[in-house]
Amino acid sequence: MTAPLIQTESLSKDYSVGGGVVHALTPLDLTIGRGEFTAVMGPSGSGKSTFMNLVGCLDSPTAGRLLFDGEDVSRLSTDALADVRNRKIGFVFQSFNLLARLTAEENVELPLMYGRVPRGERRAKAVKMLGLVGLAERGHHRPTQLSGGQQQRVAIARALVNDPLLLLADEPTGALDTRTGVEIMALFQRLNDEGITILIVTHDPEVAEYAGRVVRMRDGHVISDERNASPVRAADVLGRMTAQAAE
Amino acid sequence: MTWMDSLISALQSLKVNVLRSALTTLGIVIGVGAVIAMVAIGAGAESRVSELIKSLGSNLLMVTPGSVTQGGVRLGTGTRFTLTEEDAESIQRDLASIVLAAAPTVRGSGQVVSGNVNWATSIQGVTLEFFDAREWEPGIGRLFSQEEVTGAGKVVLLGATVADNLFSGGDPVGQMVRLQNVPLEVVGVLARKGETGNGGDQDDTVVIPLSTAKKRVLGDRQLRGNLVHAIAIKVSDASLMEEAERDARDLLRQRHRLRDSQPDDFTIRNLSQIMETRAESSRVMTLLLAAVAGVSLIVGGIGIMNIMLVTVTERTREIGLRMAIGARGRDILTQFVMEAVMLSLIGGIIGVTLGLGGSILIAELANWPMLIQPQAIVIAVAFSAFIGVFFGFYPARRAAQLDPIEALRYE
Ligand SMILES: Nc1ncnc2c1ncn2[C@@H]1O[C@H](COP(=O)(O)OP(=O)(O)O)[C@@H](O)[C@H]1O
Ligand SMILES: [Mg+2]
Repeated sequence: MTAPLIQTESLSKDYSVGGGVVHALTPLDLTIGRGEFTAVMGPSGSGKSTFMNLVGCLDSPTAGRLLFDGEDVSRLSTDALADVRNRKIGFVFQSFNLLARLTAEENVELPLMYGRVPRGERRAKAVKMLGLVGLAERGHHRPTQLSGGQQQRVAIARALVNDPLLLLADEPTGALDTRTGVEIMALFQRLNDEGITILIVTHDPEVAEYAGRVVRMRDGHVISDERNASPVRAADVLGRMTAQAAE
Repeated sequence: MTWMDSLISALQSLKVNVLRSALTTLGIVIGVGAVIAMVAIGAGAESRVSELIKSLGSNLLMVTPGSVTQGGVRLGTGTRFTLTEEDAESIQRDLASIVLAAAPTVRGSGQVVSGNVNWATSIQGVTLEFFDAREWEPGIGRLFSQEEVTGAGKVVLLGATVADNLFSGGDPVGQMVRLQNVPLEVVGVLARKGETGNGGDQDDTVVIPLSTAKKRVLGDRQLRGNLVHAIAIKVSDASLMEEAERDARDLLRQRHRLRDSQPDDFTIRNLSQIMETRAESSRVMTLLLAAVAGVSLIVGGIGIMNIMLVTVTERTREIGLRMAIGARGRDILTQFVMEAVMLSLIGGIIGVTLGLGGSILIAELANWPMLIQPQAIVIAVAFSAFIGVFFGFYPARRAAQLDPIEALRYE
């Protein structure tokens, strides 16, 4: 295996609530290799979001270390973390989080603006990314003029535009109907085939079946870590759905 | 994020809620508009006053017969003439250290005729001191000679308006005119002075030697002997005005043999001082209105701060998203300060436009003078930008200090 992309060493996170302390993440050791497609599962309150926020460099741990792409990011300043997020991580949210006043292209360009990419290059990159997610024709549409699935594709294009090492998705299909959800998973699988590392949080077991690795959490611990050599191909599921609909 | 990016982002988000943006800038629009209009009108008034002082001649004391009560109501005006040519000579001689010229004048009005053109105007009979006191020279032609002044020479200097009307552009010098049927030779035309403060035309006059006026032209029964209508005193320096006024009063009281119990039988007025007082009160007015405008600018600024706080709250998720994709605190700060600055700057520019339009309109309608001052425009625009920065900073800093995780969770 190549050098891991993410490596946690006794990573923990406490929250002080009222008088007491909540151990949202008890010392946790987990390694995620480059090119893996991992699904994190677990009941509500098990620490999934806390873990995602740390891996996504949105937060710093209470104790322990987090190595991202070989760099210890657990003690970085907020500005330095912002730069890591900008250069190496793409976020996909359950509720898309597109800016309603901007067109699809402008939404996709946003990370490039913070990455100080010259104005001229941004549009070309954004157009290319929209093509990659199958929305070449929709660049000038605003989010309200797009379906949920299309909005999530725009969000994925935005996450990809900086050529990140990691795609982090928190319940990416949570706001979508079944078929659209499968379409998004098919897109994720295609991107993963092209080499990008993907980490998704989901409570939906069917979604987890598309991942090559499933990490289950409870009370801030990892309780199981399974690899699946032959995950379900979302493209095949789509094919079957289309066939069924035709009958 | 470059400045250009912040600017574009700011305009994009202001565009979303045009009505709200417009209402928010209203305070700034009114404040800046008021400042610009006031400065334009105030400066216009002040420049007219200073022009007027310049045209009357600076450092001028005007002595007229009759006395003035405390309230400023003149008693016995014109009923009894008390000032004489000798009074003027005495002032000039005895107060020579502080007085440049003391000019006795008589006034009247009459018809001046050239050929078949006829013009009614005011007549001033003067000595040569008049021209020093009023700082008034012939624009073309020459002054009177000493002989003409003492010997009732049949000569006249025309005011520019009179010359225009009688000779319509031709050269009047050397021509004969009839003033109250007395034939006089035009020896020159006085340089143009323009309007007086209350709209009168200072150039609508003819000037003749004092002796000519008394013996040949005016023939005023009451103005016997050496009596004159007024004496204009030109003081050598502005700082000596009060001293000159006091000395002239003492001298005149002594010459008129007034006892201590008797009031002055003449009045001394300091023209520059009267004008200064007027200018001062217009300055005070301007300051007062400026304070009102300042308050409305601050209120406008607080309005911007209020709307920016609302905006930051409404857009919490957007802020979280921007942070997640790599915005630093500074980027968020710049973006929201920029929005506030755009609001106030646009308000400022609209305010300048309206203020200029308004003052031009007022100047036209009310026939007030106005003077557009480029510095005032620059300062007003810069100040409105400053208001944006000042009142936008706190909301923007709140935005910049948001925690990205909580911001993204915000509903
Ligand atoms: N900001 C916070 N302040 C206090 N407690 C928190 C905070 N975020 C999470 N927690 C607590 O930490 C635990 C793990 O939460 P979370 O990571 O959100 O779990 P999950 O995403 O699996 O539902 C929960 O007990 C939750 O109440
Ligand atoms: Mg969660």
